[in-house]
Amino acid sequence: MKKRPWLATPYAVWVAGFTMIPLLVIFQYALTSREGAFTLANVMAIFEPVHLKALLFSLEIAVGCTIICILLSYPLVMAMRRLNMGRQGFTLFILILPMWMNFILRILAWQLILSNNGILNFILQKAGLLPLSLANTGTAIMIGVIYDYLPYMVLPIFNAVAEIDEDLVEAARDLGANSLTVFCKVILPLSVPGLLSGIVMVFVPSMTSFVIADVLGGGKLQLIGNVIEQEFTKSANWNMGSGLSVSLMLFVLISMAFTTKNETEGKSSSIW
Amino acid sequence: MKKRVWAALLAGAIVCASALAGGCAKETESGETLTVFNYGEYLDPEAIEMFTEETGIKILYEEAVTPEDLYTKYKSGAIEYDLLCTSDYMLEKLIQEGELQEIDTSSFEHIGNVGERYFEFSKSFDPENKYTLPYFWGTVGILYNKDKVKGEIDSWDVLFNGDYAGEVIMQNSMRDSYLVALKYLGYSLNTTAPGELKEAQDLLLAQKPDVQAYLVDEVREEMVAENAAVAVIYSGEAYLAHDYNEKLEYAVPKEGSNLWIDAWGVTKYCDNMDAAQKFLDFLCREDVAQMNYEYIYYSTVNDAVVENMSAEEKENGALIPPEEVLADCEVLKQLDQETTDLMNEYWKELKAD
Repeated sequence: MKKRPWLATPYAVWVAGFTMIPLLVIFQYALTSREGAFTLANVMAIFEPVHLKALLFSLEIAVGCTIICILLSYPLVMAMRRLNMGRQGFTLFILILPMWMNFILRILAWQLILSNNGILNFILQKAGLLPLSLANTGTAIMIGVIYDYLPYMVLPIFNAVAEIDEDLVEAARDLGANSLTVFCKVILPLSVPGLLSGIVMVFVPSMTSFVIADVLGGGKLQLIGNVIEQEFTKSANWNMGSGLSVSLMLFVLISMAFTTKNETEGKSSSIW
Repeated sequence: MKKRVWAALLAGAIVCASALAGGCAKETESGETLTVFNYGEYLDPEAIEMFTEETGIKILYEEAVTPEDLYTKYKSGAIEYDLLCTSDYMLEKLIQEGELQEIDTSSFEHIGNVGERYFEFSKSFDPENKYTLPYFWGTVGILYNKDKVKGEIDSWDVLFNGDYAGEVIMQNSMRDSYLVALKYLGYSLNTTAPGELKEAQDLLLAQKPDVQAYLVDEVREEMVAENAAVAVIYSGEAYLAHDYNEKLEYAVPKEGSNLWIDAWGVTKYCDNMDAAQKFLDFLCREDVAQMNYEYIYYSTVNDAVVENMSAEEKENGALIPPEEVLADCEVLKQLDQETTDLMNEYWKELKAD
């Protein structure tokens, strides 16, 4: 087939205007001081205890969210695999449905559910149980992040699993494999490409988000995203904010290197 | 092949750059248009329509959330605003940086409606009343739930003594948090002494486990929903909260607090001073001030509006702070860069703790 690179022009314009130029501006801010002199101080500022703490907390949230999303996704996907086409479609539809609503609204809804006099505690009390104080804790942030990013884990894994030939599973069974062995030796290895893109799509945004932490953390807990936001909007220190963004980008790139290195050749799965 | 991709990229870059440059172009050059920059929900939209109908001057309206937010957007230069409304210390910063033009309030037809004392208050950031026109004002204090507190609430102490652990809401804004701690310790809220700021920081760090949340816009809603017992709040918000929930009362602590004023200024970008002053004069007019008062429900500087208030409104301390309460109140001043940086560091430390 003849290659037609000019078809990529709209994309190239997009990338140039909204990725490359802003990135260059960020780098320029990151590598200069307020007075405009070259410095590495803004990038290295990530190692200050306050920033490091926020970074580690972000990492904790991101890793926790990714693991829990994986643990939630596989059973769901395995159950969906057995459904007929219509029901599969319906299950996917239900899963995606909340994403049609504004993301801030959904997080605000969680705030109402988790607050001290909220819906969850109301139900617990009616059931004669002790109320939980989840509002403004790390757990609340974790719930919000998982809720928000779960579909991004389920969809690619589902895509990968749905593509697995039923004959392979039957062959494994013929050779005496039980369900667990089938899952471990056939399904899991063959769904790795989907799993990897799921990890990328859940880990990166949960690592860099700040709105969820602001709303569900009650301003008491800070992710590195909150620190960066504060530098831009409150402290009016764009240099420091950009410096921290660049270090965060490097950090994410390094973490991603671990996953992409293992990516199986040729076959890779996409979200839709 | 590769060359063509690069050419496409370059073309894209040029298109985007010129689009950006176009966005920066001055919007006031064509005819009578004013670009107005204000906080959210801080001007009745109907008043804007009225102004355009009466004068034919078109208003482009932009909003910001916090003073810092407003300053950052203004300074980025993406839009050249003609008029802006912001808070005392931010106006001081803008005046110092030469961003504002002098205005002649004495030429305003309706300036008589604006009480003299608000110009006196304004002198702390605009010493000769040359640059700004007062708009709304008030105090910072404690909003409490009558059913949840014991005894009289008249001191900042209730936020720090542990009586209401887990039931305290603080402001998620740096200056507002430190002013509470500084006033409680008996220091000026404009202190630049590192020792005093350190004391305030230690106090806030020790208080953090008792704090339910640091919020800005949600303080009122959380108190109305009775999720907390005491909260730091702006007087105007306190009045609205009381409107929604009768159990909520407002007090300005005896240690003193912050007296805040939001005021209008004309930026250096404005080249239609006549139109800008017409707009400011319009805001002083009784019916317009009344509309804005009813829309915002903060303490108005418009004495004509105050006179028309009901007795109940006039006696409400959240709506019209009594003179004796104001004695120990200070207006926030812009701090020097060193102190600002120190406070930013402390604030980050407090939030990350």
